[in-house]
Amino acid sequence: MNSGGKLIASVRHHTTPILLVLPLLILTLLVDRLGGVVTQRIVIVMFVNLSLVVALQMFMGNSGVASFAHVGFMGIGAYGSAVFSMTPQAKAIALRNLYPVLREVQVPFIVALLIGAGIATLIAAVVGFPLMRLSGAASVIATFALLIIIHVVLVNWSEVTNGPRTLFGLPNYTTLWNSAVWAISFILLAYVFKETSLGLKLRASREEEQAAASIGINVVIVRWVAFFLSAFVAGVAGALWAHFITSFSPQAFYLTQTFLIITMLIVGGKNSVTGAVVGTVAVTAIFEGLRSVENAINLSATLPFTVSGLTEMFLAIALIVILIFWPAGITSGREIRWPGIKKRPRAQPIPVEHS
Amino acid sequence: METLNQILQFLINALSLGGLYALMALGLTLVYGILKLVNFAYGELVMVGGYTLLLLGAGPFPWIVVALLSVSMAVLTSLLLERVAFRPVRDADPNTMLITSFAVSTLLQNAAILFISPRHKAVPMPSFFIENIQLGELLISKSDVVSLIVSLALLGLLTLFLKRTILGSALRAASDDFVMTRLLGIRANLVIAAAFGISGGLAGVVSLFWIGRLGSVVPFIGLTPVLIAFVASVIGGLESLTGAVIGGYLLGFLNVGLQLALPQHLLDYRQAFTFAIVILVLLFRPQGLIRGIHTREQV
Repeated sequence: MNSGGKLIASVRHHTTPILLVLPLLILTLLVDRLGGVVTQRIVIVMFVNLSLVVALQMFMGNSGVASFAHVGFMGIGAYGSAVFSMTPQAKAIALRNLYPVLREVQVPFIVALLIGAGIATLIAAVVGFPLMRLSGAASVIATFALLIIIHVVLVNWSEVTNGPRTLFGLPNYTTLWNSAVWAISFILLAYVFKETSLGLKLRASREEEQAAASIGINVVIVRWVAFFLSAFVAGVAGALWAHFITSFSPQAFYLTQTFLIITMLIVGGKNSVTGAVVGTVAVTAIFEGLRSVENAINLSATLPFTVSGLTEMFLAIALIVILIFWPAGITSGREIRWPGIKKRPRAQPIPVEHS
Repeated sequence: METLNQILQFLINALSLGGLYALMALGLTLVYGILKLVNFAYGELVMVGGYTLLLLGAGPFPWIVVALLSVSMAVLTSLLLERVAFRPVRDADPNTMLITSFAVSTLLQNAAILFISPRHKAVPMPSFFIENIQLGELLISKSDVVSLIVSLALLGLLTLFLKRTILGSALRAASDDFVMTRLLGIRANLVIAAAFGISGGLAGVVSLFWIGRLGSVVPFIGLTPVLIAFVASVIGGLESLTGAVIGGYLLGFLNVGLQLALPQHLLDYRQAFTFAIVILVLLFRPQGLIRGIHTREQV
């Protein structure tokens, strides 16, 4: 087979990334041309959440180990990038007690973003390594504890985070297109990661941990790589979100956001990248739909009180129903494929001769 | 005399807080032991108890009746959640169950936001929650004494129930080895419902004293109790009921002790230290201080 033929064959085998990316590109283009400011804001937040959900999918979907810590890494990415992207004047107002070394530093957005995500990766790599031995309930409690520790540090480290108060004065760098490009790159990264030998080993350990270990897979190491890689993705998402919202407090990186991205991943189906994408889009659509209903009720003042919490309540019910009836999510953990194309020619079962 | 008073003061504070923590941890461990479910929604049972106190407290009933009703509400809610949300996912993998409990917790919190109020609501409490007793140099709050006595009495009663009754034995057996217990002909639904019921009752009692301490109720009130229960039961040993109680008292002593010993700026990080201890325990002694009979090795 010549190289052109090989390329075509490999495209035929990997239709998933194209089928996932193309609609998102079209959506971005449409929103860019036709969408109003409100729609654009919704879609930007959706792309940030998409990056987060893809990060969670990379770790949780492939390893089968739940993580509650990823929103913590998002927070680290947000604050880590903010300290380096803010102007010295803004820092003089918002972060009065900042260490003198950092006061005058200001780097381009992309560098600040990479610094923030880098810090998140580093912390995930150092703290995460010992945690990778744990699975089941122990890993849940441990990553939950990690989320709380990160939160407590963010709330109390006033020099860098302005404490529990709002940090404000960030430059607005995140646009529809750069949030889309990052999200799409992460989708491709997650897909490639899943297909690499490392991803395959990780998925093997998800299915049968002892069996995987018995054929020489170092479960701790493969989980660890997935953990800090996904922390990098979450860190970038945090930096993007921070430079879109431009003022926020540590409360943004806690249980509500954790619940949201876990819901997105579970609704879509945690075992596939398609699940992450479908879940994020579906939950965003439901969420925004309900929120506009909530707002309409509140604006029209038909009820004697303001309605709040309805959206979250409905999401929680939807999540419980999905968990009961479709525990593998909408996609059942499968990837989307162009119909009629088998991913790889599979070995045919040998017919058994009955004598 | 001065130091003796301080020691007594410390003991009473630590024992009353520890008793409360022990009850919280026990409620979480009862369910965990049988289902391997870390029940995030446990804190919302405390919230349910609190809102019942709030809503019925304005009525004509004497406080003790209201208190009993709010404990019953917590029990009923717990049983209802078991039936509606947890039973259908019982055989799924532990992560599914856990996320279900997370969803249930969010659902109840937002129901409280939607139907009652997102803000703090002051709860009318009987006077003994605010009054103090003066014993010579010693100043003791009545609620501390009451919660100390109630928690000890409740732990005693629960021990009697678990050791002397058939259902109690079944619960302990199920907590050691659920599959074996079922094979011996104990009805799974009954045992699990009993565990959820008792867990709800403990949360209800906790809510009385917890809200007594805070004076108000808010939709997110359950978070701290559930976190405390987590920590106490992990330290004590997630598989062991005795461990949960010991973990609870230990955490109570630790908390009151740190309050006295640590300077303010480190006190802010106290929660981070406690949770770092949790992670360390999980890593180096996953069975906790007290090993359950059938604690399996974490692979």
